[in-house]
Amino acid sequence: MTPDLECTALTKRFNDEAAVDNVSFAVPQGSFFSILGPSGCGKTTIMRMIAGFLPPTSGDICIKGRSMLNVPPNKRPVNMVFQHLALFPMMNIEDNIGYGLRRAGLPKPEITRKVGEVLERIGLPGVGKRKVSELSGGQKQRIAIARCMVLEPDVLLLDEPLGALDLKLREHMKIELKALQAAFDTTFVYITHDQSEALVMSDQIAVMNNGRFEQLGAARDLYYRPETAFVAGFVGDTNRWPAKVDRVEGGALQLRTDSGLTLHGASHGRALSRGDRADVYVRPEAIRVAHTADELSQFDNRLSGQVTSILFNGAASRILFRDDAGHEEIEVTLPQSGEFAMLEKGARVHIGWSGAHGNCFAATTAAAGA
Amino acid sequence: MKRNSFTINLARSAGVIGLIAMAQGTSAETLRLLTWGGYAPQDVIEKFEAETGHTVEVTKSNNEEMIAKLRATGGGGFDLAQPSQDRIAGPQAEFGIYKPIDLSQIDSSLFIPSMLEATKKNTTVGGDVYGVPHVWGTSGLVLDTSKASTVTDYTDLCNDDVAGQVSYRLKRPTLIGFAFSMGLDPFAAYGDEDAYTEIMQKVEAKLKDCKPNVKTYWGGGDELMNLVRSGEVIAAMAWDTGGWKLNDDNADITFVAPDSGALGWIDTFVLPAKGRADQAAYDWINFVMQPEVSAMITASAGNFTASKGADAYASDELKAKYQNSFPPEDVDNIKWYPPVPAGLEAIEGGVLDRVKAAN
Amino acid sequence: MRAQARLGFILLLMPILLWLTALIVIPHIDMFLISLRERVGVGEYATSTANYRTFLGEPLYLVTFARTAIMAVTATFITLLIAFPVSYYIAKMIKGRLQSALFLMCLVPFWVSELVRTFGWMILLRETGLFSNLLQWSGLASGPVEMLYNDAAIMVGLVYTSMLFMVVPLVTTLESLDDSVIEAGYDLGGSGPSILREIIIPHATPGIVSGSIVVFMLSLGNYLTPTMLGGKDSLWFTELIYSQFIVRFNWELGAAFGFMLLILSSVIVWAMLRLTGQTLEKTMG
Repeated sequence: MTPDLECTALTKRFNDEAAVDNVSFAVPQGSFFSILGPSGCGKTTIMRMIAGFLPPTSGDICIKGRSMLNVPPNKRPVNMVFQHLALFPMMNIEDNIGYGLRRAGLPKPEITRKVGEVLERIGLPGVGKRKVSELSGGQKQRIAIARCMVLEPDVLLLDEPLGALDLKLREHMKIELKALQAAFDTTFVYITHDQSEALVMSDQIAVMNNGRFEQLGAARDLYYRPETAFVAGFVGDTNRWPAKVDRVEGGALQLRTDSGLTLHGASHGRALSRGDRADVYVRPEAIRVAHTADELSQFDNRLSGQVTSILFNGAASRILFRDDAGHEEIEVTLPQSGEFAMLEKGARVHIGWSGAHGNCFAATTAAAGA
Repeated sequence: MKRNSFTINLARSAGVIGLIAMAQGTSAETLRLLTWGGYAPQDVIEKFEAETGHTVEVTKSNNEEMIAKLRATGGGGFDLAQPSQDRIAGPQAEFGIYKPIDLSQIDSSLFIPSMLEATKKNTTVGGDVYGVPHVWGTSGLVLDTSKASTVTDYTDLCNDDVAGQVSYRLKRPTLIGFAFSMGLDPFAAYGDEDAYTEIMQKVEAKLKDCKPNVKTYWGGGDELMNLVRSGEVIAAMAWDTGGWKLNDDNADITFVAPDSGALGWIDTFVLPAKGRADQAAYDWINFVMQPEVSAMITASAGNFTASKGADAYASDELKAKYQNSFPPEDVDNIKWYPPVPAGLEAIEGGVLDRVKAAN
Repeated sequence: MRAQARLGFILLLMPILLWLTALIVIPHIDMFLISLRERVGVGEYATSTANYRTFLGEPLYLVTFARTAIMAVTATFITLLIAFPVSYYIAKMIKGRLQSALFLMCLVPFWVSELVRTFGWMILLRETGLFSNLLQWSGLASGPVEMLYNDAAIMVGLVYTSMLFMVVPLVTTLESLDDSVIEAGYDLGGSGPSILREIIIPHATPGIVSGSIVVFMLSLGNYLTPTMLGGKDSLWFTELIYSQFIVRFNWELGAAFGFMLLILSSVIVWAMLRLTGQTLEKTMG
């Protein structure tokens, strides 16, 4: 089956600076595809090229197998939900939603019917005569989506549409967006710099950095099996230590960090040999904390030391730990059982983790921390 | 009369009258002079201030503006004004904006007697004399004699051979000039509104006929000078000084007294009704009428004054131009404006409006 | 407490009230009273509506009145037509220093006086002027071309003089229109003209109306441009007022004319607001 959206070797240069550098991907019909990356990584440029506001320097964009290169934005079967929604303030809700239909030349009764239907679907029947300014942030969000969806586009582009909402509403809208996407059964392409938005909603996520896709995959793969140091650092929280490889035994490595700590790690198939510089990434939740060293005997990395700080955040509470020898400070997630709920600063604890959770990447100069 | 100030500037300054009135006046030593451009040159002012200790503040204007300004304040804001002698009796009767001149304060020996007497007669209202003469001149034709040789009178401006290259003002001197050149005598009809209306109707018809010939109705002296200097206009109705000035640049252009006679005007000295520095005003009159001072004013304004003996100080060049434009018989033929009775402006205004509106 | 607050409010309001009363209300009342006077003899006056009857009975005055209104409306419209693309370009198409530079260039003509600006046009348009010479030099005209002294020259002068007053409110309102709203229009299938009609113009309406009101009033009340650039047939109502006040000494008729002009501009501004569904508060605030 032809993918709804397919980009081939897409490149965009601004004054010789590659904003998007040779990016290829395909989005299957009906899926929720996210592009996740820090600001300035080129994700907005991709989106604007797909929408037709920017011509690519080279490469191709196909929607349902048809090249869009010489199609102007108003003729493309894609619609876009803008970052600040860009509802038309001079029109009421009904006219906002009906705008595209009027432009398509539909007869009036049909426009009225379709607008009514879509308002029904987004759960806001009867707001048609209201002004844009009379709606709440979440309602506007839904209107912006409805305004696009009423045109039944092949692909809906969403440019960080949740950015302007407050935290609670944002959490709520994540779920709602996903539900809307399922309800409309339309291909969504979503760009964001917020990993939790991408992780929660997407079927597939592309992590983007410096104009390139670092990794493309499902949320779980990105989280647990990052393929690049950037992904490991960008997606989820992590401890990161620069180190040197001391010994290689198949996929298992022994490394010494710059501060002198000896660790076990795993190369997961990446080429690393003795003497190489490497970065070790360990997720805080991969580290187990215990009152006695015995409880951690199954782990090949074990340390004893003190709690230097408690970062209380309900279920996601963490501690900062420093071992007795005074090496790096290590971030550790507390188990949700409540076992360590009463832990005090300065308490003696033991920590340990499996070497397989120590993701090792050849050292880069520009690895980002999350 | 030098009319090179732009009407709009005057319109603007009209709004300032009130402020001027407030800002000035505690010192009787300050002479607020309302006059024409060129009538109070800086060197004369400096000499006067040095000699008398008074200070002089000059506001440049024209006939209509002077009267409008004085009317707005009931004759206040200025200590000495210089309207033409024909525009004193009418406005005085209507608006009472002047005060009589104390002739004993004026050194009458400085004036050309005939001109002084004529002005006194024309500016007498209710037995009081309101004006004494200062500068005089004529208006007639300014021609490029190489191209507009057929023009010898005002009505010749309507000739076909100068079509599209003619300019005059849409103001009362034009009406009077055309009337004379059509063989009528508007001055004789001044006292008779019906007769005057009849004359004006004839002039109106003539001016309407003549309108296609006109390039534009000029408004300010500078505008006319530009039109003639650039060659866009070759025949115009204008003041003698304008023609003489243009003659300096182009020998073909000069002032010509029309067959029916140039129109003569005399600008005067009058005291505004609420003037506060009468002594300074009299001092100024007596000072500028001295022959050598008058000659300085002639040099600046381009026109001769009513000062006796000032001719001796005038430049030979100007005298030559004057004699060239005015052979003796033309001097006798000058039509001096008699006082305008109140109310004539309304008749003339209607004519001017209709001419402007005609197609 | 309340009385004190009230007193403070009144005291704060005093300067503006005094200003308005002294400079606008009192002169207008005085002018209205003058306009109701009729001269019956030397220095004698009677109260009557004769001046207004004169105005209504004399075709010349009515024609000039209507002509001035139509020309001012036309000038406003032309100014809008030229200023809109210019403003759109300044507000939307360019950014940064070039934007400020262009905006400044709109302001430059106002560094010289209106008189000098009008003279500039006279130099360009006159028969021996720049344009005429240029046309002859390029062979487009065989002889000198007179472009001065007609209604088109008046129009050019009025539009030129008014441009800034249209550009400023337009740029301000257009700048407040989010670029993404225009993009959304394209994205949803809108074409250039439909976006202009349905999105940009509705958004810019307050700016268009306030700019038009200012330009219309400036054009209607302009004196210098029509008198200097206009031809021998060009009548302008302010010219009539001037000549009644200054040349004819007929303040009574002049005052009546002034009042008619005030009524005319009020009616047209009111009509303009009604037509566009705007209010004065919305456009001027």
